[in-house]
Amino acid sequence: MTEATQTPTMSAKDFASDQEVRWCPGCGDYAILKGVQKTLADIGASRENTVFVSGIGCAARFPYYMSTYGFHTIHGRAPALATGLKLANPDLDVWVITGDGDALSIGGNHTLHVLRRNVDLQILLFNNEIYGLTKGQASPTSRRGTVTPSTPRGSFSNPVHPASFAIGAGARFVARGIDINLKHLTEVMKAAHAHRGASFVEIFQNCIVFNDACFSEFTDKANASSMQLLVEHGKPLRFGPDGSRGLRFDAKSWTLEVVDVGPDGVTEEDLVVHDETNRALALLLAELQPPDHPMAIGVLYRDPAQSYDEAMLTGVPRAGASVSDLLGGGRTWTVGDEGQRSDQPAG
Amino acid sequence: MSGPKLPQADHRTNGGRQAGREIRDSVVVRFAGDSGDGMQTAGAQFGIEAALSGRDISTFPDYPAEIRAPAGTTYGVSAFQVHFGSQDVKTAGDELDVLVAMNPAALKVNVDDLGLGGTIVVDRGAFTDRNLKKAGYETSPLDDDSLAPYVLISLDITALTLRAVESFELSQKDAVRCRNMWALGLALWMFDGDKQATVEWVANKFAGRGKIAEANVAAISAGNAFGETAEMPSIAAGWTVNPADLDEGLYRTVSGTEALAWGLTSGLASSGLERMIFASYPITPASNLLHALARLRSHGVVTFQAEDEIAAACAAIGASYGGALGVTSSSGPGVALKGEAIGLAVGIELPLIIVNSQRAGPSTGMPTKTEQADLFQALYGRNSDAPAAVLAPATPTDCFEVGREAVRIATKFMTPVFVLTDAYLSSAAEPWRIPDVDSLPDFPVTFRTDPEGYHPFIRDPETLARPWVRPGTRGLEHRIGGIERDADTGNISYDPENHDRMTAIRAERIERIAEYIPEQIVDSGPAAGPLAVVGWGSTYGAISKAVEGSRAAGLDASHVHLRWLSPFPRNLAELLGGFDRLLVPEVNAGQLLHVLRSRLGLRADGLNRITGRPFRIREIESAIRAALEETS
Repeated sequence: MTEATQTPTMSAKDFASDQEVRWCPGCGDYAILKGVQKTLADIGASRENTVFVSGIGCAARFPYYMSTYGFHTIHGRAPALATGLKLANPDLDVWVITGDGDALSIGGNHTLHVLRRNVDLQILLFNNEIYGLTKGQASPTSRRGTVTPSTPRGSFSNPVHPASFAIGAGARFVARGIDINLKHLTEVMKAAHAHRGASFVEIFQNCIVFNDACFSEFTDKANASSMQLLVEHGKPLRFGPDGSRGLRFDAKSWTLEVVDVGPDGVTEEDLVVHDETNRALALLLAELQPPDHPMAIGVLYRDPAQSYDEAMLTGVPRAGASVSDLLGGGRTWTVGDEGQRSDQPAG
Repeated sequence: MSGPKLPQADHRTNGGRQAGREIRDSVVVRFAGDSGDGMQTAGAQFGIEAALSGRDISTFPDYPAEIRAPAGTTYGVSAFQVHFGSQDVKTAGDELDVLVAMNPAALKVNVDDLGLGGTIVVDRGAFTDRNLKKAGYETSPLDDDSLAPYVLISLDITALTLRAVESFELSQKDAVRCRNMWALGLALWMFDGDKQATVEWVANKFAGRGKIAEANVAAISAGNAFGETAEMPSIAAGWTVNPADLDEGLYRTVSGTEALAWGLTSGLASSGLERMIFASYPITPASNLLHALARLRSHGVVTFQAEDEIAAACAAIGASYGGALGVTSSSGPGVALKGEAIGLAVGIELPLIIVNSQRAGPSTGMPTKTEQADLFQALYGRNSDAPAAVLAPATPTDCFEVGREAVRIATKFMTPVFVLTDAYLSSAAEPWRIPDVDSLPDFPVTFRTDPEGYHPFIRDPETLARPWVRPGTRGLEHRIGGIERDADTGNISYDPENHDRMTAIRAERIERIAEYIPEQIVDSGPAAGPLAVVGWGSTYGAISKAVEGSRAAGLDASHVHLRWLSPFPRNLAELLGGFDRLLVPEVNAGQLLHVLRSRLGLRADGLNRITGRPFRIREIESAIRAALEETS
């Protein structure tokens, strides 16, 4: 076998295809594309064993820009397609690229089921709270009151929070990253890749044309430290300049409250320590929303279990048993050359 | 050896009727009762016994959509029909010779299907005032003259069953549930049938449930013995149906669903592919195919019950993309949901098999009733020009070969293939001479591994199929998708001329399949003449018998039955052009008729009955007669 020995070390650039990238200048997708290419290089991925599957939307063009295998499918269905692909070949490393409309509106059902089944995939949801490719309609993550051509009086629908949805669906890996925080995002994607089972990553992605600065409240440099809570397993939930603030559990209201840490405030011992395996805590973190709370970033939840594809394929042989045994099983009888019949009971 | 013959009936003379059993070529029996009465079991076992004793059979279950409708109501009636004979049996039968009715509702719903002079066996014990009222009878039909055209055998089967199982001390409920076996025992006696296979089946089915198995066996024996010894009405001299003249070989009974499951599995083996991913969502009457395939893991079959119809189609496409055989199945409403995904498979040119167990519609329609009205859907039911291959099995056993053929064509031409079965074919069963699968031709799939000169839409010049590449193959990494692809590079393209060219290629690829399938033959009758009856799918049996009957009556008709509906066999236009008239019977409002007219420019007339039931032979016979009279 020469294959294993001749894999050259791949750089991020080696994962770029020859196709011209056609996103709008300044789109957050560029940064994510770079981040994914870097992640693949860092983890030593091979082009031939990596597949990007997408639905429809701006984000869904992603596979065309990768030098790996890629399949741009139909709106909302990438998780279902990827499930079939993993059942055909569980050895492939399959990434699903989706957006807020694709994953949570038209494809909401598939997102629910791919997560609760725990198919071994990385699912990257580019959340920009808007329909970009169809020119700016409200999406399922758009906040109430969002004015768009399809919601001229402001959206009356309450938004879905992707990370909360994923935890509710039974996902066993739920994380968040930000397009402009590439270093952190790359680490999150590496963790997603290392996790066996469905890994769900919500990426806050800026749509410069139709919904510019919709996340600036916590992504702007000026606000980042005070409005982003970078969670790390085993570490207390601290944020703000020099970690001056933190989250304390209020047992009366079952909420996380923001407190000042320091001589005038509470001590670090009073803060909640992040535990990735605590689903209830993950849900509390996923629900935190600015301006009253910081946005939780990083791995909110990670608790591995057997993947669906592994469970489904255990015991399925590579070459099937004889079909002739199948047809001859059950109750049969023989008609002989003189019309004789003999009965062979099931055995 | 056939089953042990019961004593001849010469001692059972009464009513001046001639002693001994009358010999019949074939008999149609229907068991009918409440959906909880075990009629499917009784009918199925009766069919198996008939087949094991060498008769040709055709069976057809007819059950309500409600799982357990309120007991005693007409809409809760469940029935199972068995047609068995010493001659080639091709349909479940036009009209009944014997109706076994376990309650008034079963009688009411089914009696009109009984031929004049036919025999009715009723459980008098179930004809209570309450049950009569529920069935909508003002007075008991057992007491007035409404059943005068028939021979009525009125027995208190309930009481007789309770007596037969008394010693097992079952609960009243369990004891009454043995009624179906008592009725089966009597029916087996009436037709000179063996009961051994049923006794074994009961022992197996109720294994570990102690007395229940014994009680059921006792009920069968009691029903059997009752016929033997009791003072039966004159008709019960019973009938003998001699064994059919079947070809030598190993036989079993098989339903269309089983035959299709095994045909797909055999096709998988012949293709050399490692795995079939069968993705489906529960829907009547297609779910049984999912159940049948779910048991075939050891044959490389992985079944995936998806969250919806769309996911099922998409998962099958994903599986094909990964190098497995992707199959999805449903009935018409589900196939409608799969439409966009099937269009994707057309566009990206991947193998995909879509099984449609057609049912009466539109919308929910009559989910358990048969129809063949999804031909247009298979041919045209997608956005844009999205041609696919379409084929339809003619009989339950034909489903095996059609399953294999679907795999062969889907993989050779990299195309979606529709298999149009229906509610009737799915559940109808018949004896099957088990083929020697090892002697069936293989059609091995080759995956492309050579990077030299590769792009995803480079084509085989003969078939126009693009190469199948498994992700994981080094050097052939590529991107495909629903956006139009450049014919020369496979990259996305909005070029107007390219789209025109690709549209033409997609159509031409399907047409080229015609070079790789058999020419159309005439099933019976001369290859040219005044009239051809042209059918497709499950109407085969009724058309075949109608043409046979018409020819025996001196009418010059031929039968042409299409397995391939897209593309048509290459000689079809020429063949059909040799007939003065074409009669096209369909259980739809004229879909093949329309296609024959529009695609081949042929003059044809339809015979369209859309009742949720298969055609009756005599309906087609009358149409043949009328067509020939009109011509002459």
